[in-house]
Amino acid sequence: MNTGGTLGGLDRRVGQMNGVHDMGGMHGFGAIPREEGREPFHAEWEGRMFGMLLALGSHGVHDPGGLRAAQESMEPASYLGFGYFERWMWVTERALLAKGYLTLEELDQRTAELDARPDAVAQRREDPATTARLMQGVHTRSPSSREGSSAPRFRSGDSVRVRNRHSPGHTRLPRYVRGKLGAIARLHGIHDFHDAAPEGSPNLPQPVYSVRFEAEELWGEAAEARQSLYLDMWESYLELAQS
Amino acid sequence: MSSESTGDAEHASSGGHHAGHPTNQESHPALRVRALESLLVEKGLIASDTVDALVQAYEQDIGPMNGAQVVARAWVDPAYRERLLDNGAEAIAELGYGGIEGSEIRVLENTPEIHNVVVCTLCSCYPWPVLGLPPSWYKSHAYRSRTVIEPRAVLREFGLELDDSVEVRVWDSSADVRYMVLPQRPAGSEGMGEAELADLVTRDSMIGVALARTPSGVR
Repeated sequence: MNTGGTLGGLDRRVGQMNGVHDMGGMHGFGAIPREEGREPFHAEWEGRMFGMLLALGSHGVHDPGGLRAAQESMEPASYLGFGYFERWMWVTERALLAKGYLTLEELDQRTAELDARPDAVAQRREDPATTARLMQGVHTRSPSSREGSSAPRFRSGDSVRVRNRHSPGHTRLPRYVRGKLGAIARLHGIHDFHDAAPEGSPNLPQPVYSVRFEAEELWGEAAEARQSLYLDMWESYLELAQS
Repeated sequence: MSSESTGDAEHASSGGHHAGHPTNQESHPALRVRALESLLVEKGLIASDTVDALVQAYEQDIGPMNGAQVVARAWVDPAYRERLLDNGAEAIAELGYGGIEGSEIRVLENTPEIHNVVVCTLCSCYPWPVLGLPPSWYKSHAYRSRTVIEPRAVLREFGLELDDSVEVRVWDSSADVRYMVLPQRPAGSEGMGEAELADLVTRDSMIGVALARTPSGVR
């Protein structure tokens, strides 16, 4: 599989809109794998990877776009072939190399050293103040709603059509609802907008709505009986439907 | 994937090696992660105790037992239930839970007429403060792809057969709001206290792929 060479693919770090990660409604993945090992981390390295990425938070390793956009920029075959925390490892390693925090040489060398001396005791560094501050955030709620400057365009019950957008870059607009007809169920408030913006244009917060779709609208004759689907949508994804 | 890999659900459907890995050698993720951590620590980018604390928090303190407390409280306290359904994150914070991936939490009430089930088709969005980190199956390609198009078939795989008269509402959590299901209080639980009730509340019942346990099903 070609994943773009050593440091290639960085131009793709904005995320992909029509990517393989957008898998709602896809066929072919089979039965849901139910066997559970130790959750949430099946092996120690998964936990260390998770903890490392959160601990790296303030360094903006995955800025702009964040961890999601970085994963979405992976080659489809890699995205599907890697395990969950392996994807985290993959994109984080690449981002650290790309931003100059690490070099490939030192990473490869350290990997080889640890491989040769599996019992080597890792050097530790303690930083109780940073740890305490981070753990405070882990345990404390910080609301994500913003004060709205513009009045929401839609009201509960409004019939809306989802814009049929296929522009490149990270989005929270899944393929399976594009062009579909739904109804505003509820206004969630004003939230930050995460979609990739054209360079130089600000990503202003927008009203976010819970939109209800009937299964028949989404899936036609394949729809199961008495099913509906709710999706949170930023205002710019929607237009008022002609009635 | 290495054959030493874990029970991670996605490994089951994967194959091949790290052919695209930006390194000259094949390396097991465990080795690579150790190398990464040791370098990041040496360079002062992270501290070892921070990683320790995060791992411990999500292995021991932040998990479905938190959500179970919330559900049990809602079952015994109608005023709390109302606050919970009105503003989930605020009511959850009353019990001391909140944090990353929990800024906005909406609680969905299951009733005899409506069954809610939660999925994230684009990634793995999940209400961490009340349910912890998601289990492997929630992150699996199969669950992410199928739940929006054939929820009844998915629920049947989990052993949950719903009557045709029940409306199935699927919540695809793709934005900043996280979702948790308030399962129906099981028959036979009348008179039970909050702690006992919390034991009936499973993780899966708060995702919506199962019902809460009935008292006879408890050890």
